[in-house]
Amino acid sequence: MGSRAEGPGAAFSSPPAIELSGVRKHFGAVEAVRGLDLRVDPGEVVAFLGPNGAGKTTTIDMVLGLSEPSAGTVVVYGADPRDAVRKGLVSAVMQTGGLLKDLTVAETIAYTAHLFGGTRPVGEVMERAGITSIAGRLVGKCSGGEQQRLRFAMALLPDPELLLLDEPTQGMDVEGRRSFWAAIRHDAQAGRTILFATHYLEEADAYADRVVLVRKGEIVADGTAAEVKAMASGRTVRATLPRADEAALRSLPGVDHVEVRGVSVVVHCADSDAVARYLLTVTGAKDLEITTIGLEEAFVALTGSEGPARLSSPDHQGAGR
Amino acid sequence: MSAVPVPVDPVDRVTPPFGGFKAAIVRLEVRRLLRNRRTLVFTVLFPVFFFLIFGLNSSYASHRVGQGNESAFVMISMALYGAVLATSSGGAMVSVERLSGWSRQLRITPLQPAAYIAIKMATALVLGLAAVLAVYIVGILTHKPSMPVWLWVATGAALWIGSLLFAAFGLFVGYLLPSENVMQLIGFALMLFSFGGGLFIPLSQFSHPLRVLATYTPLYGLNQVVHFPLVQGTFDWTWAANLVAWLTLFTGGAIWRFRKDTARV
Repeated sequence: MGSRAEGPGAAFSSPPAIELSGVRKHFGAVEAVRGLDLRVDPGEVVAFLGPNGAGKTTTIDMVLGLSEPSAGTVVVYGADPRDAVRKGLVSAVMQTGGLLKDLTVAETIAYTAHLFGGTRPVGEVMERAGITSIAGRLVGKCSGGEQQRLRFAMALLPDPELLLLDEPTQGMDVEGRRSFWAAIRHDAQAGRTILFATHYLEEADAYADRVVLVRKGEIVADGTAAEVKAMASGRTVRATLPRADEAALRSLPGVDHVEVRGVSVVVHCADSDAVARYLLTVTGAKDLEITTIGLEEAFVALTGSEGPARLSSPDHQGAGR
Repeated sequence: MSAVPVPVDPVDRVTPPFGGFKAAIVRLEVRRLLRNRRTLVFTVLFPVFFFLIFGLNSSYASHRVGQGNESAFVMISMALYGAVLATSSGGAMVSVERLSGWSRQLRITPLQPAAYIAIKMATALVLGLAAVLAVYIVGILTHKPSMPVWLWVATGAALWIGSLLFAAFGLFVGYLLPSENVMQLIGFALMLFSFGGGLFIPLSQFSHPLRVLATYTPLYGLNQVVHFPLVQGTFDWTWAANLVAWLTLFTGGAIWRFRKDTARV
């Protein structure tokens, strides 16, 4: 994160697709989103990755103008989210529901098309989402995957600049998942900005150029899929070392995160040998242990409640593709 | 296929006129309603059936009532019953739509909440018109109801417009109870209201306390008012008071729940 405004994104004359500044959202005593700063530039495909309850849906709801932040601002294409929705600049594929069982697929598309000031041709949108062959089917008789493709077609109608997908493949089988992502990918090539929430690391890895990792309403990492993977797949060196010199540890090669917890120090790094050598030779560290974590575990560690409070991330410059 | 989206200048984008209200959407909504056989049977066939039973009874059907006969009186009652059943069902559709997440889906389109309500009301009125026409056409075919032509038009129009009161009732209940069973509940409530309003049995046959109670029920005022052109005599202002009171309550309740539902939290 950091000074993204100086990145190539600043060269765009058009405003950022999404700009969240200091966004907080609480429901009663529960803080679902705790100070989110996020800028998504036009053309980016961003995965919003995190476990259930990380605040992904809450954030998407605010970007769509369905709810208002308790603090901070949400700006979509330079406008208030509700204005952006009214102009068809932003649309979404929601997790479940949102369909009328007693309409056919084609009627649902027609209904939605009538709601907008202007849309892409109905036939084209159905073709792109792959639902032309089931046009006459009642929505209540469609499979989960077919319903999801219908939602996708509805979202494509206004030809939105920004498409939000909230766990779009939830409950879909492998084949449904594959064909759904094929349609999305095809669409992203045309330059649409896409932000999708998922709790599948593989999905984020396979389809996003940028991964924003959230945990308990905060961003814990933000970078390319490769960067986040590298960060997640490193090793952890743990040792007992009172009064550890954090700055010195951080300056070691391959170290991406240092955390001091009382008398123990935890170093997340790519080169655990270098860190171990330093700790054992230069400092008086004791009880040293080195652990390797797999990708999935790393993700859990990064996003789970027991994980480090915060991981510094490579400053993602996030240019539009 | 493969049509590359033309980059759209955000400033160029237009919002739909009338907050998204369109006749084409009402047509789709009506088609939805017609697809629901149960709604059709209850709102169109039942009132016709009741008219055939109560409106053609030879022991009283030809008795004079004001400017027409008893059969015409019953026909108006049954058309009103059908119309209010239709409009309240139309209004109560919001319950199912909220439950299914459709209302939420609509909120990520340009459709304005007020236009959504207008669509529901218009749909309810179309179904209400079908219910009224069904009873009146069967009335004409049976040759039993008798009243001047202008009264057919006047009573039909009055009860059709008046049934909007129950579109508000349906909306209110639909917002209040997010349940698939809301239609059954409305059917039951309207049955009670119809007895209370004197649609099925003349109120004069009720015991005194029941009769007094009945004058406070929601269909009482409307039923008296739509029969007035036929029955004539003196206009009782308590009918109007009943009508206004329930109209205020139902629309107030519907607006209250609607505001709560569409508020951004």
